Amino acid sequence: MSTSQGIAGRVDPHHLGHVGQAGLRQPIAEHAARELTSKRIIVGYGFWIFLLSDIVMFSAFFATYAVLSDATAGGPSGRDVFHLDIVAIETACLLLSSFTCGIASIGARAHNNLMYFGSMVVTAAFGAGFLSLEIHEFVGMIAIGAGPERSAFLSAFFTLVGCHGLHVTLGLMWLLTMMAQVFAKGYRPDILRRVLCFSLFWHTLDIIWVAIFTVVYLMGVAR
Amino acid sequence: MSDSEPILHPGDISPGDERVEGREIAEGVLAYLVGLGLATLITVVAFFISGTTLVWQPSIPIALVVLAVAQMGVHLVFFIHITTGPDATNNILALAFGVLIVMLLMVGSLWIMYHLNQNMMPMEQMMQMQR
Repeated sequence: MSTSQGIAGRVDPHHLGHVGQAGLRQPIAEHAARELTSKRIIVGYGFWIFLLSDIVMFSAFFATYAVLSDATAGGPSGRDVFHLDIVAIETACLLLSSFTCGIASIGARAHNNLMYFGSMVVTAAFGAGFLSLEIHEFVGMIAIGAGPERSAFLSAFFTLVGCHGLHVTLGLMWLLTMMAQVFAKGYRPDILRRVLCFSLFWHTLDIIWVAIFTVVYLMGVAR
Repeated sequence: MSDSEPILHPGDISPGDERVEGREIAEGVLAYLVGLGLATLITVVAFFISGTTLVWQPSIPIALVVLAVAQMGVHLVFFIHITTGPDATNNILALAFGVLIVMLLMVGSLWIMYHLNQNMMPMEQMMQMQR
């Protein structure tokens, strides 16, 4: 960074964030490194609290589902309508997209275009694959008369799994937005913080899916 | 793209915000690979156990719950990077509080509704009495 002086002067002409002399900057930077929490960590913490509140909301849906899972009102039970092979593919899609999302977050921090954009595209493809399988499953269930209006069990099922699907849809839109933002604005620190929040969101969706495929699908079929 | 534009305050890069390079990239990718491997292993075991007749049937739901908790732990550590480092103390405290609320909600709901079901008079009997 031999041009750092010139850049700092242009971007911050009144030295609002700095002490003017070059000699003083280094000790202050070291001091800051020791004393101040980085903005990245504070942003991550704040977003983590949002995600935990989202998980609390999902836990209410899980509790509802667990209470109502036997209330089939003479209609189809989980064993009749769930197809574990499709669920396995959905699980693989979401797990792999979580992995590639992690690779993308490393790519963003490394300012590596191929790594970031490539992984984000793969993440979006797996996410879209998951979503289309889920929509296919829902449409198939409604077609055989196992829609949300059939029984309390199916209402709770569509609420819980549909809410997760809605989160994945929003996550996909956010993913495309983050690709566009990095493309247009580059790897700026504020953009990188948004990428961090997005990757936390995407990983959390996968954690919720682990609970869904265990509680709803595997237990519903094993019951 | 960004490297040619003077968009950074050179003195404003916080610790942890520096551009990662070479070895750090490899270490990061390796951590995600380990997480992916563990998560895949646990998922495969869970799907296998749910359909097997090899084990005592009532133990299957408990095994599934244990595997799910284990997989969530793998995701938290390897994907969300909830660690024991000094930067993550607040995250862990928030997580502990979240787990407490989730447990209260889930266990409380199931407990109450189970007992309500137990103590509820069967519908036919109630209709007999109202006659």
